[in-house]
Amino acid sequence: MDLLLPQLFAGLSLGSVLLLAALGLALTFGQMGVINMAHGEFMMAGAYTAFVTQALVGSADVSLLVALPVGFLVGGVLGLILEATLIRRMYHRPLDTLLVTWGVALLLQQVARDVFGAPNVDVSIPTWLTGAVSIGGLALPKTRLFILAVAIVSVLALAVVLRSTSLGRRIRAVVQNRDLAEASGISSRATDRTTFFIGSGLAGIAGVAVTLLGSTGPNLGMSYIVDAFLVVVVGGIGHIKGTVIAAAALGLMQAFFEFSTTASIAKVLVFVVIIAFLQVRPQGLLVTRTRSLA
Amino acid sequence: MIRILTTGRTAPLVLLAFAAILLFAVAPIALSPFRLSLLARFLCVAMVAVGIGLAWGRGGLLTLGQGLYFGLGAYVMAMHLKLADAGPAGVPDFMTLYGTGQVPWWWEPMRSPVMTLVLIVLVPATLAAALGWAIFTRRVRGAYFAILSQALAAAFAILLIGQQQTTGGTNGLNGFRAFFGYDLTDPVNQRMLFIIAAGVLLVMVVIARQLMVSRFGELLVAVRDAEDRVRFLGYDPAAVKTVVYILAAVMAAVGGALLVPIVGIISPTDVGVVPSIGFLIGVAIGGRATLLGPVLGSIAVSWAETSVAEQFPSAWTYFQGALFLGVIAFLPDGLASIVRRRRAAASSGDDGAPAPATEPEPDARPEGRTS
Repeated sequence: MDLLLPQLFAGLSLGSVLLLAALGLALTFGQMGVINMAHGEFMMAGAYTAFVTQALVGSADVSLLVALPVGFLVGGVLGLILEATLIRRMYHRPLDTLLVTWGVALLLQQVARDVFGAPNVDVSIPTWLTGAVSIGGLALPKTRLFILAVAIVSVLALAVVLRSTSLGRRIRAVVQNRDLAEASGISSRATDRTTFFIGSGLAGIAGVAVTLLGSTGPNLGMSYIVDAFLVVVVGGIGHIKGTVIAAAALGLMQAFFEFSTTASIAKVLVFVVIIAFLQVRPQGLLVTRTRSLA
Repeated sequence: MIRILTTGRTAPLVLLAFAAILLFAVAPIALSPFRLSLLARFLCVAMVAVGIGLAWGRGGLLTLGQGLYFGLGAYVMAMHLKLADAGPAGVPDFMTLYGTGQVPWWWEPMRSPVMTLVLIVLVPATLAAALGWAIFTRRVRGAYFAILSQALAAAFAILLIGQQQTTGGTNGLNGFRAFFGYDLTDPVNQRMLFIIAAGVLLVMVVIARQLMVSRFGELLVAVRDAEDRVRFLGYDPAAVKTVVYILAAVMAAVGGALLVPIVGIISPTDVGVVPSIGFLIGVAIGGRATLLGPVLGSIAVSWAETSVAEQFPSAWTYFQGALFLGVIAFLPDGLASIVRRRRAAASSGDDGAPAPATEPEPDARPEGRTS
């Protein structure tokens, strides 16, 4: 039991980071079938937003709280620009959007390198997040608990928006059947734009959150994007619940494998499990029933 | 000759013969040893491109993880070169440096040159067969397949970095002295390597061409365009996809294996996510669904990268990003589509201004001139 609990917490903490990175991705992927490879770079933009905010505000205690909404806006606006300029034009070529957004990702990385320099920068942790909370002899770092809280709040907020607002109903309608939604008078264009704004904004929040865990550099997005995509694949398209479960499962798996082997072997093992899992459920955990084949 | 970038039936052979003369007779004489080995390196990357052209352009399988197979081939070759340098029953230098000082069991087969050559093909083929079958029979496709193949390359790079005692870690494997008994520092042997690379690439292109004009090639395109109909007709799309995936994997592996003696180093940075996607850009620019487009495109991009990145490393990244963006968004069939469009306009003549019958040949392969 003494060995199990720290692993459990490490897994949940990792899962919350994965969830933050994957949540917006799951939304845009589910909505438009578009694979946004620049999602990681939107996270990076969020992380640099935290850095800039701290420099402007001065006080580390306040800047984090300012950075979260600002990061959401920065990510969201980047997403809006991307949607309006490129993705909208290539709607029926989802695989090509993947490569185009990869090009965007490269550009954004280089912009970050030129503006902020290639070396990593650090965001200092507010005093109210230093140290750890001790529960039953187990020291839980406050930063990790905070990220867990941010992830939970993000999921709940998104769930409320999707379930109880007219915007959410429109989004769900477009996800389930774009043509029928259009025929019912829903502007799928406007819905796409809003969804992309929210999804990319969530990436910005994720970026602000991960500055608490380590330093920020131009390659920050690259290190999250593959894992985030795996979460979406395992979770199933268009399901927030599936994404949450998948993120927690992958985080826990990674932590437990890491405990018994090494970090690199654990990564490979997780991947093997995912392939095996897709043998059972090729469409992920939760499936939106449609009448299309396969 | 205008058809060279499309899939005409005889013209490619004429052009291939021309390319062969250029590669085997002209290049070794005209280029300095440094330029020649540079070109040899580009040819290895072009081998990966041929496979991607088949899998992605023809089969619609967007594989973002060819770095994995490229790396497998390269590491098998590099392990052999390391063991050969160490002598019979010897231990490669880095192993004594990092720890154990023992050669792990899975290195042992690479002591034999013949076994090495077999494994360069067999290891990636087996892995691609197992994965392809597992993925395609469950009808995982499109974006899901792309993401999985990418994750695979990422996992492989992480594994290589993590196992420093047996793989050299981030440094990779380097410092080879000989290639199957031939001194690698000798320019004569470097030229031999170039000839081998050129020959292998040409063989691959011929194989790709034969495949494209065969029944299998048509089935492949059919699977790309209407997989369900192919299934209803009684074929197994999963088998078709698996075969082409294996083929692409083997081509990438051979390219990687040949790159190792030419460049003299292989490290995890050459096999991760970034180079894996990088392989795609040349294919996209040249024309993914054509025979020679991927080859010419990838040679052109490699050449542009070396010449631009040397002086302005940051400009190259902008350039690469813009290329991805521009070509995929606005010219999805690559430069080859321009050639085809011009030919179509010339032959139909309904554009109001019929092209002269003997229109000067469009410069179909400006990017092929790497020398």
